[in-house]
Amino acid sequence: MSLELRGITKRFGALVANDSIDLAVADGEIHAILGENGAGKSTLMNIVYGLLSPDGGSISVDGKEVRIDSPLDALAAGIGMVHQHFMLIPVFTVAENIVLGHEKTKGPGLLDLESARKEILRVSAEFNFDIDPDALVEDLPVGLQQRVEIIRALIYDAKVLILDEPTAVLTPQETDELLRNMKKLRDTGTSIVFITHKLREVKETADKITIIRRGKVVGTASPSASQEELASLMVGRPVSLDVEKKAANPGKVMLEVKNLHISDHTGRTLVKDISFQLHAGEILAVAGVQGNGQSELAEAIVGLQEHVTGSIYLDGKEISKSSVRDALHSGIAFVPESREEDGLIGSFSIEENLILDLHDLSPYAKGPVISKSIVAAEADKRIKEFDIRTQSAKDSASSLSGGNKQKVVLARELSRPVKLVVASQPTRGLDVGSIEFVHERIIAERDSGRAVLLFSTELDEVSDLADRIAVMYRGEFIAIVPADTSREALGLLMAGVKP
Amino acid sequence: MSTTEVRSLSAPERRRKRGIITMASLGSIGLLLFGIFPKSGQPVTFSFVLGNEWVLAKELIINSKSGSLSFSIISLLAIAVATLQFRARKTIRTASAVFGATFLMSFLCWATAGKFVPFTGLLQGGLILSVPLIFGAMAGIISERSGVINIAIEGQLLAGAFLSGIVASLTQNNWAGLVVAPIAGALISLLLAIFAIKYGIDQVVLGFVLNVLVIGLTNFLYKKLLIPYQSTWNAGGTFPPIQIPLLSKIPVVGPIFFSQSIIVYLMYVVVAVIHIALFKSKWGLRTRSVGEHPTAAESVGIDVNKIRFRNVLIAGAVAGLGGAFFTLGALGSFSKEMTAGKGFIALAAVIFGRWSPLGAVAAALIFGFADNLQGLLTITGTPIPSEFMLMVPYVATIIAVSGFVGKVRAPAADGVAYKRGGGSH
Amino acid sequence: MKLKKLILPALSFAMALFVSGLLVAFSDSKVLALKSHPISMLSKGLSTCGAAYWALFRGSIFDPRLASGHFWEGFYPFSETLVAASPLILTGLSVALAFRAGLFNIGAQGQFIAGAIGASWVGFTFDLPIVIHSIAAIAAAMIFAGLYGGFVGFLKSRTGAHEVIVTIMLNYVAGYFLLWLLSTTAFLRPGRKDPLAPEVHNSARLLHLFGPDLRANLGFIVALVAAAAVWWLLTRSTWGFRFRAVGANAAASRTAGISVARVSTTVMFLAGALAGLGGAVQILGTEYAMTSGVGGSFGFDAITVALLGRATPIGTVFAALLFGALRAGGLTMQASTDTPLDLVLVIQALVVLFIAAPALIKSLFRLKNVDEGETISSKGWNG
Repeated sequence: MSLELRGITKRFGALVANDSIDLAVADGEIHAILGENGAGKSTLMNIVYGLLSPDGGSISVDGKEVRIDSPLDALAAGIGMVHQHFMLIPVFTVAENIVLGHEKTKGPGLLDLESARKEILRVSAEFNFDIDPDALVEDLPVGLQQRVEIIRALIYDAKVLILDEPTAVLTPQETDELLRNMKKLRDTGTSIVFITHKLREVKETADKITIIRRGKVVGTASPSASQEELASLMVGRPVSLDVEKKAANPGKVMLEVKNLHISDHTGRTLVKDISFQLHAGEILAVAGVQGNGQSELAEAIVGLQEHVTGSIYLDGKEISKSSVRDALHSGIAFVPESREEDGLIGSFSIEENLILDLHDLSPYAKGPVISKSIVAAEADKRIKEFDIRTQSAKDSASSLSGGNKQKVVLARELSRPVKLVVASQPTRGLDVGSIEFVHERIIAERDSGRAVLLFSTELDEVSDLADRIAVMYRGEFIAIVPADTSREALGLLMAGVKP
Repeated sequence: MSTTEVRSLSAPERRRKRGIITMASLGSIGLLLFGIFPKSGQPVTFSFVLGNEWVLAKELIINSKSGSLSFSIISLLAIAVATLQFRARKTIRTASAVFGATFLMSFLCWATAGKFVPFTGLLQGGLILSVPLIFGAMAGIISERSGVINIAIEGQLLAGAFLSGIVASLTQNNWAGLVVAPIAGALISLLLAIFAIKYGIDQVVLGFVLNVLVIGLTNFLYKKLLIPYQSTWNAGGTFPPIQIPLLSKIPVVGPIFFSQSIIVYLMYVVVAVIHIALFKSKWGLRTRSVGEHPTAAESVGIDVNKIRFRNVLIAGAVAGLGGAFFTLGALGSFSKEMTAGKGFIALAAVIFGRWSPLGAVAAALIFGFADNLQGLLTITGTPIPSEFMLMVPYVATIIAVSGFVGKVRAPAADGVAYKRGGGSH
Repeated sequence: MKLKKLILPALSFAMALFVSGLLVAFSDSKVLALKSHPISMLSKGLSTCGAAYWALFRGSIFDPRLASGHFWEGFYPFSETLVAASPLILTGLSVALAFRAGLFNIGAQGQFIAGAIGASWVGFTFDLPIVIHSIAAIAAAMIFAGLYGGFVGFLKSRTGAHEVIVTIMLNYVAGYFLLWLLSTTAFLRPGRKDPLAPEVHNSARLLHLFGPDLRANLGFIVALVAAAAVWWLLTRSTWGFRFRAVGANAAASRTAGISVARVSTTVMFLAGALAGLGGAVQILGTEYAMTSGVGGSFGFDAITVALLGRATPIGTVFAALLFGALRAGGLTMQASTDTPLDLVLVIQALVVLFIAAPALIKSLFRLKNVDEGETISSKGWNG
């Protein structure tokens, strides 16, 4: 089935997310849509899938124009989608999730899950997916959850399958398997639209590549193009894909973690008996796929996790029982995973966000009173230092772009006297320019003698920045390896294969 | 390199632990106050016969002090069993229920020393008083499972009571009153739906303001029309109890469950239907999906706001029907603010029952029984001042919500208004 | 000033008056009796409604009948408005402050009663020099009520029990506790059995502002000072910074090291103290003796005041003056036109509904580009 988009335009207020986009996906083709974060790829696909309505343009399937006002229309037209953030209901079973929206009933409206179960097992067997229809989705590991989404699309006869950033949550092995399955699907006649910002995967699977930048199509390419060429098209300027880094000069032990154990509020173990040491002037990058305990480990070091046993020492001082505030003020800079939920207060001004941690200390406050002038002066200083693009420091933080938001978080955390930097997925969702800025800053901190604990699901980032790499799997450090370890070896570790 | 695993407690376990501590405190206080301190006992007469059911035992006479003491000791044993089950990582539900029952019996023996206790009547009255709570809780569950917080249960109950009362009076027909009661509730929830879903107003605030509106309206009309022209506007009747043949003759259980008015029988049906529908039907699946993850529901083509809107209306209708209980099921006429906060206790039952219909029913029954007990004791006379007895249902609610429930997991998207296309990035 | 910001509240008020007017007109039996004559029914309805609203105005702001001597004497009713508004300002501040920290304090009623109990007890039990006695009574009120409120915050941070349920329950508990107190000998007037506490001594009472004939008293000034203090607290102090941070985004606040638990407890304590101050002002300035009805409907009113005032201190003051006028005028309305005082509740609820849905008013009046102001939201059960 072929899919053609002509002149698709979408505006959100003053922002033009999609600007007259043309796209042609041939029958039986893997078509990659390449663009950096914020380029407008997801918006485009949400339009194709009926979750958003375009302000202009048309969609045609097999040459005939179709009207897609809702996901039901898209499915009826043969378009299926696997979303970046899964559209699955965690407390439902696999079967319940799959029948939702297409329920068969018996008697007075009672659910009939039998035929769904059979279909799930059939498709599951065809692709070796190994899915139990009665399992609760929230109990499934992320890789399996993604398969449920794929199965759902296939059961409803999708002829064009859109995959939105599917490999973000997979180990290298799972990624390879997904890419293989994509090719298998293409060979059986399903077209695939593959949205990503990962150059390597694009080159490996795509038949054709369309590059989108700032809402516009800036060109098409074939997979034979080099990674540098593709990156430059994506970003709009020549991009060097290497990160410059001097050799590490590790000093004394800055962070020591002993037998750390973290559970969630239902008692399930999230982190199991982790011990390690981190030296000043070194970057330890924790690699691993989302959901293996990284977020919790990062939070536990600062004191944000409740059910923790074990000990944590910062520069010799025990901080295991410290409050979050004491941990931060003992010298930890914490960049949380979700800058919008945990990093910033959107309705507060940039100024106020910059002093969220120090608002009651001198010089920002004299006793109980906040000195507005000093706060403003400091804010200006930091806005300059961190190159935060904004009209005024009094604007609300929610008005900033993703990259600038992250800069505000960094500006706040790194302006305290700091011995340890804990950064959790610091470049997620950022444009390339901001990613470069964050990388440079992290390396600068390390070169100034600070210890850096970096958590990242992006293997490239890990390999580029790390002095040592710890691979996390099912709540444990399965191994700590040198920075030049190969991608394949890291992949095996991330999949749980012990060295 | 693994040392002994130190496991911290999971949430259900911490909840059980908190429950055991609460029970232990209550149990020790009970033992001292009811069993040990009183100097001597007086005979308490428990009567088990209510109407014309078959009779197993007519009465039981217990000495108050020894009765209290025995029940207290059994309740403490129940706590011990609960602690053992807790250690073995099992649920403590049965042991807690036994504790609750024996603690109450111990209290009862103490409070009614020298008096006569119509035991079956007590339980029957407890069920009756829990009727509006159960209706209100069902309304709360339907609404909240769809993702809309419904604080306006109080207003919906009151509206149902008011409209059913005046229609029954105007038409001199109780059935007419019963039929319009759901409409009144649905009208109030229509406002809730419009303002919460279409205009996205904060649902807690909105529910509260709607309650104020209904109270103001009904008070105003009560003073303007119902008092001066009582024979026209406020002379409705009540539904008499209907005895179900055979079942109502079973000793103790019969009079309690099968000798009630039509409203109570309707309640049984409503609870059964809602429980089955919520977990086994297409409507229930879509409802729960919309309350847990509306974006995911929309991504399969479900109209989130339409389902929410419809369910809020249904919830209002259910609550309105429950409101008819106050007039047509109990008093016969409407009086100012007659719901007296029952809508909020119903909400507490929803939380206590963790948003499950049967759980909420169990909670509501407990609250209803406590309420009836308080009424009985006020009549028979107890050492505790009546004002403190009146406080009992409210204090019980606080203890329930903080002692036994703690941090709850409401439907994930409860209280968050949804805009179409909310899933795009 | 910022007149544009007043358009929506003004229109909301007008709509509320209109809808309530319909209620007044069509619940009147004389109007209903004219069913078959629509025109006379309409005019009778208008005149009924007009009479009610005119009584409302006369009772709250200006009464021409009193101005026959000196013109300014016509403004005597305004003193009643001030009397009604003073406790409303304070309880409104209580709710508003809690809102800013993301908590919904429905318990202003119970905290008000706790404060009234404290002030009353200190007022009639002790004999202290004139200003000191008032201050002592006020302090007692604020402490009792503060603890009553702080308990809720503490319970929420320790057990997660939602403040909506707990405060509503505590309101009922406070009401019954008051009833019981008024049956004990400690709180009854010697020789009488009706539930009326002894009057507070003269040394504790708050001075009248405009002479002995008018009831307006220092309580109003106290309320204004409290509003200023709350404004300063929220905008200039470190405490207020934390309150607002937690109210805006508790997760980010926690990540930055702010203790959400401590904020919840502190805010509820302060909110309780403010509502308790309202109770003190009512006892020491207006009623002098506690009755079982001392709580009145201050709880409801506080919430509607805070909502109309957008949870800001100055908005609360103006909203309290407006609703205080409604209350004061409502008494006159009830007495002279046989319109129940509960109409005021209906007006209040409608105003708040309309004001909370700016989109509704806008579409009704076809407005564009009107300042909607901040939205108020509390957290659901999960948060």
